[in-house]
Amino acid sequence: MLAKTLPEIGGMGHPIKRKEDLRFIQGKGNYIDDVQLPGMIYGHMVRSPYAHARITAIRTEEAKKLPGVLAVITGEDLAKANLAWMPTLFHDKQMVLATGKVLFQSQEVAFVVAEDRYTAADAADLVEIDYEELPVLIDPHKSQDSDAPILREDREEKSNLIFHWEVGDRAATDQAMKSAPVTAKVNAFFPRCHPAPLETCGCVIDFNSATGKLTAWITSQAPHAHRTVFALVAGLPEQNIRVISPDIGGGFGNKVPVYPGYVCAAVAALTVGRPVKWIETRSENLQSTGFARDYHMEAELAADKEGRLKALRVKTLADHGAFNAAAQPTKFPAGLFSICTGSYDFSSAFCEVDGVYTNKAPGGIAYRCSFRVTEAAYLIERAMDVLAQELKLDPVELRRKNFIPPEKFPYSSPLGWSYDSGNYQGALDLALERIGYNDLRKEQAEKRERGELMGIGISSFTEIVGAGPSHTFDILGLKMFDSAELRVHPTGKAIMRMGTKSQGQGHETTYAQIVAQELGIPAADVAIEEGDTDTAPYGLGTYASRSTPTSGAAAALAARKVREKARKIAAHLLEVSEEDLEWEPGKFSVKGAPGKSKTIQEIAFAAYTNFPQGMEPGLEAVHYYDPPNLTFPFGTYIAVVDIDKGTGEVKVRRFVAVDDCGNIINPMIVEGQVHGGLTEGLAIAFMQEISYDESGNIQGGTFMDYLVPTAVETPHWETGHTCTPSPHHPFGAKGVGESPNVGSPAAFVNAVVDALSHLGVKHIDMPLSPWKIWQILKDKGVTQ
Amino acid sequence: MTTKRAVDITVKVNGKEHFAAVEPRLLLVHFIREHLALTGTHIGCDTTNCGACTVLLDGRAVKSCTLFTVQADGRELRTIEGVGNSSALHPLQEGFKEKHGLQCGFCTPGMIMSACALLEKKPHPTEEDIRWGISGNLCRCTGYQNIVKAVQYAAEKMSASASQA
Ligand code: FES
Ligand code: FES
Repeated sequence: MLAKTLPEIGGMGHPIKRKEDLRFIQGKGNYIDDVQLPGMIYGHMVRSPYAHARITAIRTEEAKKLPGVLAVITGEDLAKANLAWMPTLFHDKQMVLATGKVLFQSQEVAFVVAEDRYTAADAADLVEIDYEELPVLIDPHKSQDSDAPILREDREEKSNLIFHWEVGDRAATDQAMKSAPVTAKVNAFFPRCHPAPLETCGCVIDFNSATGKLTAWITSQAPHAHRTVFALVAGLPEQNIRVISPDIGGGFGNKVPVYPGYVCAAVAALTVGRPVKWIETRSENLQSTGFARDYHMEAELAADKEGRLKALRVKTLADHGAFNAAAQPTKFPAGLFSICTGSYDFSSAFCEVDGVYTNKAPGGIAYRCSFRVTEAAYLIERAMDVLAQELKLDPVELRRKNFIPPEKFPYSSPLGWSYDSGNYQGALDLALERIGYNDLRKEQAEKRERGELMGIGISSFTEIVGAGPSHTFDILGLKMFDSAELRVHPTGKAIMRMGTKSQGQGHETTYAQIVAQELGIPAADVAIEEGDTDTAPYGLGTYASRSTPTSGAAAALAARKVREKARKIAAHLLEVSEEDLEWEPGKFSVKGAPGKSKTIQEIAFAAYTNFPQGMEPGLEAVHYYDPPNLTFPFGTYIAVVDIDKGTGEVKVRRFVAVDDCGNIINPMIVEGQVHGGLTEGLAIAFMQEISYDESGNIQGGTFMDYLVPTAVETPHWETGHTCTPSPHHPFGAKGVGESPNVGSPAAFVNAVVDALSHLGVKHIDMPLSPWKIWQILKDKGVTQ
Repeated sequence: MTTKRAVDITVKVNGKEHFAAVEPRLLLVHFIREHLALTGTHIGCDTTNCGACTVLLDGRAVKSCTLFTVQADGRELRTIEGVGNSSALHPLQEGFKEKHGLQCGFCTPGMIMSACALLEKKPHPTEEDIRWGISGNLCRCTGYQNIVKAVQYAAEKMSASASQA
């Protein structure tokens, strides 16, 4: 454990209250729609009602005649400036405004700009578009059929296959499968869902024709990457682009990609010569921006009769929609899905993924997830329960038998990862104890006798977060390091600027705590700034639980550089040699002479007023941190559910979440992250799905039918921790934000299947709606 | 189609009288945010589901995205900006900070307004009362547990100071 600073310093481990809250609780946050510029005008998107159709005509005259309308931009207009298409974050391209044809319902077709938002919306209704419907491809399993329409005429390859990717040892795995005494198989579909942050995406774009500077306020989780994309797409010099990411009302991966609306607003700002605001509606957000998951997965496990695992074989069909707009590291078309061996020690494994196009919205983004780890964790944890059922083993026993033991770390997985540290048994044991597992099993047996339905679901997941390292990870060639720039002012107060961007994670507090830990400057005295590319050091942004593993590490190392310089100044002030000094948070003292010391504040003052001859003045440092490896947080979650036989409704009676994210910066914030992620996992397991009918109409495209749990449906969460520090991270942290979203869906589904397992139920796809469960109950003769 | 005929209205907002001429279809939330520049009231949906726009209209919590400004004519509005400030935080504001009842903060003003209305009616709410009381407000970040604690904190603090008075 790390040495604990005094509460008034507020270093690591203190549950200090968040610094950012004061403005939010007074309604004084500055979110994108709060940005107001003189002369600002509004953009509104015209969208396609069809999933696949040729555009035969677009008539804009009527719209342009409406008083207050300033411009109507179409794909043809953008094509003239070579902007009709833009690169996606995964080496595909995407239409900004459709030319020729549309490929999904709600696709962007024209952009109307007007004096106010009401006029812009009115004018959007006046844009007339003629469509000729084309055959629609919705079922990804039909994408390779000979009669399937080829969706992407712009591509050289006349096929709907985007990629085939495989990893692991196919031959050895097949062999192990063949010779294994026991195998179990599950087909699990992880439905298309959406991060749906409470604030939608939007931007305000201003172009100053005198200076040539483009200032873009964007709801961006990765402002620097967006600046570079803007520079490359628009051909503007990068120093003339300033991206400012203001306060963000939740992101969860939704705000990583560049969206057509941003490009259209920029074009409009340049052509009309006034600042343009574009804010999408909730429905537009759900229907057209980065969806997540949509993985059709099959897993097979091979084991011996005692349940010792031998091999894992995974085959997946990934539905990417009309464009491959996944935000994924270049080398990983299926992201980190190959973490699907999870917490278990396999001797061989093989995993293959086919990515295909369909007439659906583009995406495949990492929703509170490190690039497909959510799908992977769900799959292996589901498959483990299916195998346990096959072997008639308690799921706890099966897990215990197969965990990678603590002494095997660093552990090399058969699919190529090097897990940094873990103690899976420890987390499982604590969770079992907290929930009272044995008593619950007894209760379940009694209830079964009485015909009542109760289930217990376990998920002992392993995560993989904190991308870099840069030799393996990049987004569009931009290496995934991250950064911190720390300046200590003469009075001993400080400011630190970061390459990441909080969307509610509390960076203004946690990063300050890292500085407090390293330098003994009270967290309250350290201002944190993020999101302005003109001032912040370059970084790849906040998603995939990477802020603490990367920028957090950079913060600590920048602070250590400052401390080294402070040591030199202290030696000068105390007239001793550096070796004679010892450090405790906040001051250097002369060894053996406790009274002789200099505080960090005194040293800071001297750095500007009384530094040694020949020393560079000032007290600041920058650090760009390229992690040597990823971090591997883990945990065990246990859900207890009761099912109403009459209605099929599932009630989550209890939920215990034991997380191990290594050393913790702020326990209060970590707990909040866990609560929030579990609630999102609950939503995915029980209520959310974006599906399409066979004509390609979106179902689940508004908050009326894409359900977000309220306080009433959300159960009480019980949390706990074990602590296995990361051996390679400067302060042993691992990151936690996404764990609850990654680990919980399997716990919920396992619990529901467990409640029904005696009826012969082996698997049910999410969402576990009352209707779906009721049908099963009816089928099994449990209800009328 | 657009009818730009303006309607004169009078509305009291956070204790201050405002006169305005507004388009009849202007949504109350846009009036609050753009005409009065009170941007603490947020917009999170287009289907009256999220409650980010919640304000008090004559003391009742309403979703201001689903009312026309003209419907507020002659009435009294309270928004988050009228609840408290840095030097005198409302117990609810304090509770949200103390109990970590917010993360991104986007739902927070609406939550606080709904909780205000709840505590007005039920000064000693049970957990169940609180959960139902804020069930018109969605939060994507917190999982509600700490919001419940924040409201409990405020309820206790408010009843303690009421009994002292
Ligand atoms: S903005 Fe969602 S309910 Fe008003
Ligand atoms: S704090 Fe982000 S939506 Fe509630």
